Amino acid sequence: MGRDAPRDGARRVGLVRFDVHVEVRGLEGIADPEGQTIERALPALGFRGVDSVHVGKVVRFVLDAPDGESARATAEEMCARLLANPVIERAEVTVVPAAAPQPVAGS
Amino acid sequence: MSAVAVVVFPGSNCEHDVVRALRGLGGDARLVWHGDESLGDASAVVLPGGFAHGDYLRPGAIARFSPIMAAVAEFAAGGGPVVGICNGFQVLTEAGLLPGALRRNTGLRFVCETVTCTVVSSRSVLTSGVAPGTRLALPINHGEGNFTCDPATLAELESSGQVVLRYEGNPNGSVAAVAGVANAQGNVVGLMPHPERASAGLLGSDDGLDLLRSLLDSAADGALSGRSRGAAAR
Repeated sequence: MGRDAPRDGARRVGLVRFDVHVEVRGLEGIADPEGQTIERALPALGFRGVDSVHVGKVVRFVLDAPDGESARATAEEMCARLLANPVIERAEVTVVPAAAPQPVAGS
Repeated sequence: MSAVAVVVFPGSNCEHDVVRALRGLGGDARLVWHGDESLGDASAVVLPGGFAHGDYLRPGAIARFSPIMAAVAEFAAGGGPVVGICNGFQVLTEAGLLPGALRRNTGLRFVCETVTCTVVSSRSVLTSGVAPGTRLALPINHGEGNFTCDPATLAELESSGQVVLRYEGNPNGSVAAVAGVANAQGNVVGLMPHPERASAGLLGSDDGLDLLRSLLDSAADGALSGRSRGAAAR
């Protein structure tokens, strides 16, 4: 089984599957050399009017939880402990119910 | 005398250089695997340079959860000397054993050169034997050595002598050109330059030996007083 395949067999009763999207960005006022470099590169390609380029990272995963609130709480704790470094970064968590599996055609 | 424990993470690549340099000074040093849970009777700990766990997520972010890190934190809390070099510095900030964080270098350049650093404070296990103002030629070799902290933290570090080493010039954009910092007690130190690579004239500089000698002296002091021994007993 691929690591991205849904492990429905392992899902516990009473849990709902959520898609979690974590965006990690640099704190305001912390230098963002990657963003600055891209901001300088874009005009060289002819793109005008670009400003305030920031580079962050996105972490996506599925999470089984009793409800959306607890899924969010768990994701926020993951951010605090691992996904973001609070000294230089902040994380924004988005939680949505996972799309229902598509029924198999013809069955 | 008990040995300096040099921790090996998957992706560390300076551990043998550290052991060799310490032994060259007459000290004893041995490698400790990151998956171990005990430092044994270590007299000091060095987290060496490299790319622990591939630097995935952020340098040091995964390494800080290695089993040995609980023992390192306990050893540090007991006053034992702990030094993080380059990637080891990144691990110590991620673990919260040192303030601040290390970000991508200004200009995004991976810098690999010998720089001149000035010892700012002798209030640390790595600089105790070196007079403030001493200039040292030390190699740096990193992509994410841009030391960052908020202005209040920086003011506190400066006033309490926790900035131990500063670059002449500023090769990576660090705030106040900070090259190395210590915790408030001075027993935990992190620096981006590699003292173990400046350990022989043949390598272009042996200025790093001044720092490593201080570490060995601090380790010996701790062993005499039984300080680190108590902290390391698990």
